[in-house]
Amino acid sequence: MEEERHTEAKIGAETGRGSSPRGPGCSLRHFACEQNLLSRPDGSASFLQGDTSVLAGVYGPAEVKVSKEIFNKATLEVILRPKIGLPGVAEKNRERLIRNTCEAVVLGTLHPRTSITVVLQVVSDAGSGAQLLACCLNAACMALVDAGVPMRALFCGVTCALDSDGTLVLDPTSKREKEARAVLTFALDNVERKLLMSSTKGLFSDAELQQCLAAAQAASQHVFRFYRESLQRRYSKS
Amino acid sequence: MSKVRWRNRRAGEERRRRRRAGGKMAAGFKTVEPLEYYRRFLKENCRPDGRELGEFRTTTVNIGSISTADGSALVKLGNTTVICGVKAEFAAPPTDAPDKGYVVPNVDLPPLCSSRFRSGPPGEEAQVASQFIADVIENSQIIQKEDLCISPGKLAWVLYCDLICLDYDGNILDACTFALLAALKNVQLPEVTINGETALAEVNLKKKSYLNIRTHPVATSFAVFDDTLLIVDPTGEEEHLATGTLTIVMDEEGKLCCLHKPGGSGLTGAKLQDCMSRAVTRHKEVKKLMDEVIKSIKPK
Repeated sequence: MEEERHTEAKIGAETGRGSSPRGPGCSLRHFACEQNLLSRPDGSASFLQGDTSVLAGVYGPAEVKVSKEIFNKATLEVILRPKIGLPGVAEKNRERLIRNTCEAVVLGTLHPRTSITVVLQVVSDAGSGAQLLACCLNAACMALVDAGVPMRALFCGVTCALDSDGTLVLDPTSKREKEARAVLTFALDNVERKLLMSSTKGLFSDAELQQCLAAAQAASQHVFRFYRESLQRRYSKS
Repeated sequence: MSKVRWRNRRAGEERRRRRRAGGKMAAGFKTVEPLEYYRRFLKENCRPDGRELGEFRTTTVNIGSISTADGSALVKLGNTTVICGVKAEFAAPPTDAPDKGYVVPNVDLPPLCSSRFRSGPPGEEAQVASQFIADVIENSQIIQKEDLCISPGKLAWVLYCDLICLDYDGNILDACTFALLAALKNVQLPEVTINGETALAEVNLKKKSYLNIRTHPVATSFAVFDDTLLIVDPTGEEEHLATGTLTIVMDEEGKLCCLHKPGGSGLTGAKLQDCMSRAVTRHKEVKKLMDEVIKSIKPK
């Protein structure tokens, strides 16, 4: 019986600049992760980022319906439940983005004709769409690791917002997100920091995109270091 | 015809002749090992239909074909056919934005276009495409919603844009974006005045005006193969074999309205840069085509 491992990370530089509590481009808000908290799923994780929190459970590799079975690899399914109300088109869209990201990293060919289901439940959501997607990606990755699903890389979600004057803010608060000219969410892998998934809102130029991507790649280092630390802490005692 | 275009045409014909010579054996190999069959072509830097890796299929557009709609356009990208019809109706503006109208897009993938779609509620692909078009409209500000308001707080236009796919052969997002843009350019709204005494709307069908289209977003889709190769405008088979897709929506100033990469193999920043430059050239091609078509329409 594995004990719960609760790990927290406070990463960020409080530079004491007037209006914003953090310096430009270098810091993410407080995030925390808890693994193996549910008894039924094969793997589960809860990821808290700022004021957004998502609970993820993974079932798999398990039995698959004959209609959905793929002969040479595992069928991946993602179900995302919002905090309130019934799932709608926005949830379907996010499910597809998360599913395609997971399909790119999970080694499905090792488990043909099986199904791997990732269920995500939004626990708290400050009204931000892009931040929620990044948090869901992180929770899904941690849950897949907890379930022991073979993967070729880990992935993480990073959000950045562009203000009307062009300033880049990583991991924006929901207020900042609403006022921003453009909000970009990226999913990056940890082997070569390649771009796995991108979902954008608003208008931005090519140069700004490259700038955001570079900043996101730098920020993803912090997230991956946090993954490594939390897993080390979990497996070192047992 | 310019020399370069003549040479490319000959090269395309050569490849097509070589492919036809393969004949029965090639068809068998294609069924058994589709990915290997495809890789043989990619090694020669071309594709089974004779196109280069960066070449689009022939694009044709027909504007104003539906007379009962306020604006319509039919776009054919190779075999992929999408028709867009725009209907304008009255509605009360939203309470939190009393000076704005609505633009409501809906993408329908009926069982007619491909055997993989069944009748019934919209499947995932149709919902994702609808969401994508809604995002493009929202992000690119193609129409200022304030232009659709007739009387603040009381009456506004709502434009229902219905996109129906008639033939699905890959690259549905590019075709839908182009069809939507062409149809919106074709929309003519009648003049509406509010009668001061009766407070009813009076529609003058004789006086119609075109919509004010502020930007021209054009979508360019790519498919990623074997984590390294990028090909433009994938067909249905290519999409099935691809390990990832990427769609870039760009407007005329080079600003991006949407970078849609729903998972799939990773891409480096340098590869993204190449895609951007291809998207810029595609924008010019599409803009030129549309301007020609609009000019050729006789005014109603």
